[in-house]
Amino acid sequence: MSGTHQATYLGMPAFPAAADASTRNTQLRANLRHATHTIRAKRATAVAELDDWSPLRAAGAAIKDRTLRHLDHYLEQLESAVTAAGGHVHWAADADEANRIVTELVQATGEREVVKVKSMATQEIGLNGALATAGITAYETDLAELIVQLGDDLPSHILVPAIHRNRGEIRDIFAEKMAEWGRPAPEGLTDAPADLAEAARLHLREKFLNAKVGISGANFMVAETGTLVVVESEGNGRMCLTLPETLISVVGIEKVVPTFQDLEVFLQLLPRSSTAERMNPYTSTWTGTTDADGPRTFHLVLLDNGRTDTLADTVGRQALRCIRCSACLNVCPVYERAGGHAYGSAYPGPIGAILTPQLRGIQSELDASLPYASSLCGACYEVCPVAIDIPEVLVHLRERVVEGGPVSIRGTRTVIKPAKGHAAERAAMRAARWALDHPRVLRTGQRLASRTRRFHPRRLPGPGRAWSDTRELPKVPEESFRDWWQRTRGESGTEGRKTT
Amino acid sequence: MTPQDPGSQSTQRPGTQSTQNPGAHSPQNPDTQGPGSRALVMARIRRALADVPRAETPDAVPVERTYHRVHGDRTPTETVDLLAEHLADYRAIVHRADAPSLPALIARLLADRGATSVAVPPGLPDSWLSAVPDAVRRVPDTAELTPHDLDAVSSVVTACAVAIAETGTVVLDAAPDQGRRRITLVPDHHICVIRVPDQVVDSVPEGLERLDPGRPLTWISGPSATSDIELDRVEGVHGPRTLEVILTGSPAGPETAGQS
Repeated sequence: MSGTHQATYLGMPAFPAAADASTRNTQLRANLRHATHTIRAKRATAVAELDDWSPLRAAGAAIKDRTLRHLDHYLEQLESAVTAAGGHVHWAADADEANRIVTELVQATGEREVVKVKSMATQEIGLNGALATAGITAYETDLAELIVQLGDDLPSHILVPAIHRNRGEIRDIFAEKMAEWGRPAPEGLTDAPADLAEAARLHLREKFLNAKVGISGANFMVAETGTLVVVESEGNGRMCLTLPETLISVVGIEKVVPTFQDLEVFLQLLPRSSTAERMNPYTSTWTGTTDADGPRTFHLVLLDNGRTDTLADTVGRQALRCIRCSACLNVCPVYERAGGHAYGSAYPGPIGAILTPQLRGIQSELDASLPYASSLCGACYEVCPVAIDIPEVLVHLRERVVEGGPVSIRGTRTVIKPAKGHAAERAAMRAARWALDHPRVLRTGQRLASRTRRFHPRRLPGPGRAWSDTRELPKVPEESFRDWWQRTRGESGTEGRKTT
Repeated sequence: MTPQDPGSQSTQRPGTQSTQNPGAHSPQNPDTQGPGSRALVMARIRRALADVPRAETPDAVPVERTYHRVHGDRTPTETVDLLAEHLADYRAIVHRADAPSLPALIARLLADRGATSVAVPPGLPDSWLSAVPDAVRRVPDTAELTPHDLDAVSSVVTACAVAIAETGTVVLDAAPDQGRRRITLVPDHHICVIRVPDQVVDSVPEGLERLDPGRPLTWISGPSATSDIELDRVEGVHGPRTLEVILTGSPAGPETAGQS
């Protein structure tokens, strides 16, 4: 088996560099354009079917806000309910701890292979790579995740992770790689989607039938009852959730909702926002374990990994409402052109641009660049089923990047400095403020600029170069407005206009 | 702007006292985690929520449920028709049968598919399979039935717990007439019988309130499907490739006596 457990995004370039490369890939752009335009049109139709979309959306946001403001209360309630139903609850402060817990739980079963339901949380923590290090093979069973795994690739979309691949590429990946992972692709495999899906079915069925350990995430956890919910289409989720003897679910702490009744809101908002369906083909709910139906052992791993730091930011907190529908990706002009990989995270697109820098902090160049991966057009906010004001959070995070300020890092309040690369901008803004406060200085500067205009470069030197690479510097006029006003109106300003 | 929590003293809020949970440590893995992580995450949450007034209770955060319970005003017949329409939209094959003709219809659907075996939930009304020839092997749903055994089974016949018209969804709750979750998953052909109109509701909120969260629930809207390849919808990836739904009229005859 090749070294395919690539699950981290360490060392990814900052968004502008990554997007610069990806936007030149015309195949990628064509794939993405087709996909995002198709699904956004379908979604609009599905949403329009419900004349109470707006109140549903408001209720979804309000339920999540209630949960977040009392997250400790609901997590304790959830823990008690899951335990009472026969499950085991574990707490993981960060990715390493979650990976260690899951690895040890798998090792305790004596198994070396696990089947996985597509899960953003396990992508986020790089679970497959951690399991591989411990000699455990994790098989992705969602068709798109399978394509990504076999292609030694990274997901590029929350809902359809292999959306950057077209059918020809998928055929080649299956034909070349399936044999390394199990049952080979059938001879003469075509690129028809039905044939490709059939090849995946045959390839994965042997894994489902033999699997002893399943690993999943969850879309929702109900505090009141201890019920977990997985929403899916293919049935691979049902396979992983019901056939193995042991089920391990890794779930972000923000996924809890207070009551079973609250699901009536989210099971209307989520399918229509994500796959643009009235309802997704399969939804599974389970509460602990059930005698002789499904896994005998159930472990729930509650994951923090930056969520409490996000919670500490009263502006950025709303990102934790996200139900991972991916509607914001499909309407985003930046995502459509740059593709998901450019965001360097399991969470691409507009939601990724606000979630990733909060979960990971804005210390790295990549993370500091993400709040700028947007045109602030607001389309993401319009479609968000839980009304996350993504532009508001983007602007808030930009301010943090440029100005620094108070943040929470691994639970500790601290004050961060402006990100590297923004020092020059800050210095320039400080100088500008001073100049604007001192009219004589401003006038002198403007006159100097006018007189030297013949010598101005078209591109900036030093740190400003990146900015002027893609822009023309504005031409300095022969005379400043202040001087023009002074010359033409200034002398007689109080006497009325000479010309009339 | 972010209100600051100058100190980092614990801000334990009322009604949130820590309850140590015996299940927090997996018995077979005493070293999986120290008690520290639970306390650590809880402490982080409470510190992060320093802006939330101490006296605020969860219920004090308003959740207005001004959305509709039902979308539209329908007679029971119209609701059943809408269910049929929405099921068909997602490529479920919809049939109708009155109680006397149900066994013959089931037998015909199995024969049409060339079924040689059928998985049978323990509480399925006997009459439902009464017209199915003995040559079609009955595979009872038992705890001993392995996934491999099921993989060799052609079809499965079940009842359901409730069906939701607005979304075209049938919900199974693992009651005796529906069996374990796996029997409706591994065989490639699922025949699901819905008693109309009493098992049909209009909307998701109405469906949810009929269900018991303590039971494992499977919501099914059409057969297994994927749109992962260029967003082309393909039916039948891992679950049943064919979902046939029979809407059977109630005068509740003896065949519904096995309902839980």
